[in-house]
Amino acid sequence: MGTIQPPPPGSAAEQADFEVRSLDTICVNESQLQHPWWYNLKYTAVGIVFGIAFVKAEIVSWYRIQEMFRLASFHMYGVIGTAVVIGAVSVFLIKKFRARTMYGELVTFHDKTFNKGQIYGGLLFGLGWAMTGACPGPLFAQIGTGALAVTVTLLSAIAGTWVYGYLRERLPH
Amino acid sequence: MELLSQPWPWWAAGMIIGLTVPALLLLGNKHFGISSNLRHVCAACFPASIKFFQYDWKKELWNFFFIGGILGGAALATVLLHDPGPVQIHPGLANDLAAAGVTHIDGLAPAELFSWESLLSLRGLILMVGGGFIVGFGARYAGGCTSGHAIMGLSNLQWPSLVATIFFLVGGFLMANFILPFILTL
Repeated sequence: MGTIQPPPPGSAAEQADFEVRSLDTICVNESQLQHPWWYNLKYTAVGIVFGIAFVKAEIVSWYRIQEMFRLASFHMYGVIGTAVVIGAVSVFLIKKFRARTMYGELVTFHDKTFNKGQIYGGLLFGLGWAMTGACPGPLFAQIGTGALAVTVTLLSAIAGTWVYGYLRERLPH
Repeated sequence: MELLSQPWPWWAAGMIIGLTVPALLLLGNKHFGISSNLRHVCAACFPASIKFFQYDWKKELWNFFFIGGILGGAALATVLLHDPGPVQIHPGLANDLAAAGVTHIDGLAPAELFSWESLLSLRGLILMVGGGFIVGFGARYAGGCTSGHAIMGLSNLQWPSLVATIFFLVGGFLMANFILPFILTL
């Protein structure tokens, strides 16, 4: 939204904000540009293409996820493997040529730091992924296909996120 | 159109998902990650003075637009590119499901397990509500999900993301092969 002002650089508020945001895998990239809300529609366009691919390649199918974890099909490994190769080549090229966004800002990256959450949380997430047959992206896509009961699963995932936030200080990291 | 209506091959979907990474970066320096939306919902709707939810979620508004597109794209694919053919599944999986009384192999998931009615059964409740809960809890605990770690993190050669991805798979193997067969008997 065009009216949000970032905290002054170097201020305590900005540092606290960065600290909280950088605990996550994303969220630390911040544009200094202020745009009207409808500039965000370009991300909707990317999402539409992405959502169509999700459904048509059956990535949102509970059966494909079961087959992946039972080593009964190559499909999902092919999808994720191809995506990582294309993504890695793209990131390499963006870094090599110091590519800029369409608004001229330098594309930036942040290294992830290791903590035990990637082990415990990863394990829990994997268990849930095989139960629901959907990670967060496919949850949204499944609802889009008309499987409205999945909103219950999505609300439960939001509840899980909230409980994590509530317990965060007491969990091993 | 007919070609597009058939199930797409893995490489086509993999390319589109892979290209999402540079698309978001070049459009606005955005890093691909979907589960953080769940956090933004918490921050926007029920922050409850929890420090983890005290940040300016409006800066992440683009991500809501992105998942709105995913939802819309999925609807478009269903309406415009509907494939009338039967769902193909591995015979071993079909046998195991049939043994647990799950025979309606249709759509994206068996209706006996994932539907409004199944919420009234113990196994449906465990899979939909319990599964959803640990997807949300685990994704945030791990600092990301399949998109943030397995796709974006690995693309950026981040070894913590490799650790997370390996444990996603370990958890999935344990559930699909050892725990889910038990849940299906409930």
